[in-house]
Amino acid sequence: MIRDITLGQYFPGESWIHRLDPRTKIIGTLAYIVALFIVGDFWGFLIAVAALFGVIGISRVPLKFILKGLKPIFIIILFTFVLNLFMIPGKVIWSFWILTITEEGLYTAFFMAARLILLILGSSLLTLTTRPISLTDGIEALLSPLRKVGVPAHELAMMMTIALRFIPTLLEETDKIMKAQQARGADFESGNILRRAKSLIPILVPLFISAFRIAQELAIAMEARCYRGGQHRTRMNAMKLKKRDFAAGLLLVFFVAVIIAERILF
Amino acid sequence: MSIQVNNLTHIYSEGLPQQSLALENVTFTAEDGQFVGIIGHTGSGKSTLVQHLNGLLNPKSGSIVVSGVDITQPGVVMRDIRRKIGLVFQYPEYQLFEETVEKDVAFGPGNLELNEAEIQSRVKEAIQLVGLDYEEIRGHSPFELSGGQKRRVAIAGVIAMKPEVLILDEPTAGLDPKAHQDVLDMIRRVHEHEKNITFLVSHNMADIARLADLVLVMDSGRLAMQGTPEEIFSQEEALDSMGLALPEPARLMNMAKKKGLPFQGSFLTVEEAEEALYGFLKRDRDSRI
Repeated sequence: MIRDITLGQYFPGESWIHRLDPRTKIIGTLAYIVALFIVGDFWGFLIAVAALFGVIGISRVPLKFILKGLKPIFIIILFTFVLNLFMIPGKVIWSFWILTITEEGLYTAFFMAARLILLILGSSLLTLTTRPISLTDGIEALLSPLRKVGVPAHELAMMMTIALRFIPTLLEETDKIMKAQQARGADFESGNILRRAKSLIPILVPLFISAFRIAQELAIAMEARCYRGGQHRTRMNAMKLKKRDFAAGLLLVFFVAVIIAERILF
Repeated sequence: MSIQVNNLTHIYSEGLPQQSLALENVTFTAEDGQFVGIIGHTGSGKSTLVQHLNGLLNPKSGSIVVSGVDITQPGVVMRDIRRKIGLVFQYPEYQLFEETVEKDVAFGPGNLELNEAEIQSRVKEAIQLVGLDYEEIRGHSPFELSGGQKRRVAIAGVIAMKPEVLILDEPTAGLDPKAHQDVLDMIRRVHEHEKNITFLVSHNMADIARLADLVLVMDSGRLAMQGTPEEIFSQEEALDSMGLALPEPARLMNMAKKKGLPFQGSFLTVEEAEEALYGFLKRDRDSRI
């Protein structure tokens, strides 16, 4: 049922990676993504894969969970692969009807697919090892220099935090309402599209009412505790860079350097 | 009509790190016309148990036999099960969605594909059964009613399906004492009128004591005790250890018994305790004269 959907797909753990500062992890992920675009051949990808698996190993997140992140974008990867495979001109190695595969096409297809897969795996490792709330804290901290030019960093982060916080609540609410209407004989699974769309009304109306009620209660509760936005707000768990963050930073610089060296030297 | 639950076990989020055993080997039988009370602390598995009874959750193992049919087997038509077994959730007023009270109550019977006249008469009967004035309230929007009225309309929506088994999950949660009593009286009235099996989930021991013929006590996913209210409520220490306190009159009378006063029985309601105390004090005074 809906209860089983894992959200923000955080995988609880106590590993070295889990305990890194969210800012370190966000910057690390961004650097990894940039590095993937610096890579110019498969040897570079080999280094990137080795680095990724090293981090996965330390994080102790089961590989099964990480690969699950690929499922939703499988179609995109396939599409890119096929498009590159048939569309790039060059030395023809196979042709049939209007379809031709060139050597260059084959190379680019695999190259792009590898880049996409690594992109997704790398960034899903961030969400797998970081609680959504600390992720938004990290984003807020990283965006805060932009406040000077008028970016409402705190408000953006607060909106993300609230949205994330209430997704499970709303899922639970949906689950409850669905069950309640099913108990009254509602049927969401059979009939044509029109009938099915109509059968959603008994869920959507109560869900909207609940959402507004929850939002109102939250707003009142926040105001009752003097919430006034980001100015002068301090935190209970102030983020602090520790030794491991500097170690991770050094490793990161080393990794990017190796990738750049590989690109220039080979 | 009877419900037999055998060795029911349910696990939430199986295979994930946060998996939890919600029900473990629950076995009991409820017979025709019985009023079954289910009590237990928060998180003891009460709600999980009742959601199994009309097929909203599927057990990991075990069976639920409703008049000879095991509803946990694949291929059972859920619509038939839900026609027989009505479930009123906690805070049922949150499921209201129609423009008028009448249309909302008609949603359930409408799903049973009954004819117009039958739906009409059931809606009227159900609204009257829950103690509301049909003519006055039928055209109102359910959202403009008071909390207690909304709750009754929501319960009427299930009663109108005329289930042979009616399950109510904490039907009085969040109501004021007057509305609480009204809803309980209404449940008793519906039970007597429809002659159904009624399950009442509650953590209020006094309500259960007053209404139930059979009491099931849930404790961390297991069925810790079952029996008549008298049998259950005579085990004060066992209940205490599960975080369940006896109704106040029973606690008072148990204290009196411990002091050596000659009381017999379990005194689950204020009236019983009052009568016994009054009799005792009267005899005491008479003997002194």
